[in-house]
Amino acid sequence: MSELTLTEKEKLLAELLASINQHRFAPDVAHVEIHGNQVLNKNLVEGLIVEAETIEDGVQVHIRVKRGVALKNPVHFCFGLIPDNGVQRIVIDTVIEQGAHATFIANCTFPNAVNVRHLMNATIEIKEGASLSYFERHTHGPEGGVTIVPVTNVRVHEDGRFSTEFELIKGAAGIIELDYAAEVDANATVDMKTRIFGRASDRIHIKEAAHLAGPGSTGVLTSHIALKNTATATIENELVADAPYARGHVDCKEIVQDEAKARAIPIVQVNNHLAHVTHEAAIGSVDSKQLETLLSRGLTEDEATEMIIQGLLS
Amino acid sequence: MNLLEIKNLSLFKDNRPILNNLSMDIWAGHVHAVIGPNGAGKSTLANTIMGLSGYRDFEGDILLEGESIAPLSVDERARRGITLLFQEPARFEGLGVMSFILAGAKEKSRAVAEEALAKVGLAPEKYLMRAVDKTLSGGERKRIELASIYAMKPRLVLMDEPDSGVDIDSIKYIFSIIKELRKAGSTVVLITHSPEVLRRADHAFLICAGTLVDKGEMSRMFDYFNGKCVPCAHVGQPVEDAVAQTPAST
Repeated sequence: MSELTLTEKEKLLAELLASINQHRFAPDVAHVEIHGNQVLNKNLVEGLIVEAETIEDGVQVHIRVKRGVALKNPVHFCFGLIPDNGVQRIVIDTVIEQGAHATFIANCTFPNAVNVRHLMNATIEIKEGASLSYFERHTHGPEGGVTIVPVTNVRVHEDGRFSTEFELIKGAAGIIELDYAAEVDANATVDMKTRIFGRASDRIHIKEAAHLAGPGSTGVLTSHIALKNTATATIENELVADAPYARGHVDCKEIVQDEAKARAIPIVQVNNHLAHVTHEAAIGSVDSKQLETLLSRGLTEDEATEMIIQGLLS
Repeated sequence: MNLLEIKNLSLFKDNRPILNNLSMDIWAGHVHAVIGPNGAGKSTLANTIMGLSGYRDFEGDILLEGESIAPLSVDERARRGITLLFQEPARFEGLGVMSFILAGAKEKSRAVAEEALAKVGLAPEKYLMRAVDKTLSGGERKRIELASIYAMKPRLVLMDEPDSGVDIDSIKYIFSIIKELRKAGSTVVLITHSPEVLRRADHAFLICAGTLVDKGEMSRMFDYFNGKCVPCAHVGQPVEDAVAQTPAST
């Protein structure tokens, strides 16, 4: 992508922000807007360092939250492509230093996508006693012409905490190849959640893995997926507990409608007799008890199903 | 005046009669109880009136103000004013208490949800933003379901074991809602084997092995709970034998 003029940048920024309905941030709210391989706008706060450099088909970003800093407001990232085709590769390394705390909210918007590839390669390091809450919301257009490939490797050091949530409810998902893996040290916590509504011919593949390596570490992997039309999904959740008093839970729920197909492959492994990992999975149509309860309040079957799915994905 | 008439209702499961030629009149504006031992067919009767899946294939008829509701689906029956409080309330992951309460309400406002929650003794500020999921106890979910029924303002409420799973301090709210519903003009049918619940009814039907064996004033029906099991035949027998042992219904 060639260098944009100031007017072009402003126009794209306005479109990008409009598509996520966030037109204005307060001065004490950090935010970074990236369109294609261009950083359109950036506002930082004390204790937060964000360095971005353009690469051929995207942006390389280094993020650091300084030791002991607790960011008051969430940091907003806005990624996206306004044109209907192209590639956006985001390479991010994030370090949350010792005792620091931060919340990141990423809005990824591809409102006109016909043939767009959004490739995210992230490494995240949560140092001792630090925490990061990362929420990623995708908003796609109706065509589903987006391929999303987020690959994230996380290391959570002792007493650290990492939670991540991936949401794609509005617009067609397109193709998703999500691959998250976390290494969890002593008394550290990882909580990964995906919530996706697949429609039309969307193809969704989720891989979430956590290795509970340290004593007292905990991990929760949650996947809530709703599918309709001819969408397909494969969910692989892997939780391995190696250390004493490690605790983990895998929760996979998929609601399948029409000709959609869902597959869940849970792996839970315990290599220490003092560790404990549980697992629950449910795949199928809408629960009949829930449905009949709402029908008996006068909702039609479509209305009741919609309400149940919105609840599951909320 | 009859709100609901059940005429010669029979329902079979695996060729066994669960409801056997049952006829009952449900008077408008009254609180009725359906009592009987476990397995008598009480819940089956409620599910059949509501038209739930697996309870649609019956003989006889069910009339709402003289019109058959047999061909109607659950939601169509609900839109005509019939609803059911389930014995074991469903859990809805992620579905907010307010959305759930207002699902069937004609007026969908926060004020309606708050009033309904207050009626069942749950503080709106504590519950409105929660989900109807496993973080709530069974008793809390039951009270929230009752709140949703209160908000719906139905004409006929079928309550299947309204006190089950509810702690002793909260039962008063269940009884209060029954009174409120009646005051608002709803007709209530209590499916129960609790004498405390029966006390809230004006009138009761005793069924055994799917057959109506007695009906009358609530006070008269207390013999059933006084250990006499009169005039109900013992369960676990073929329905024909059990019914043969009971006096003719009054």
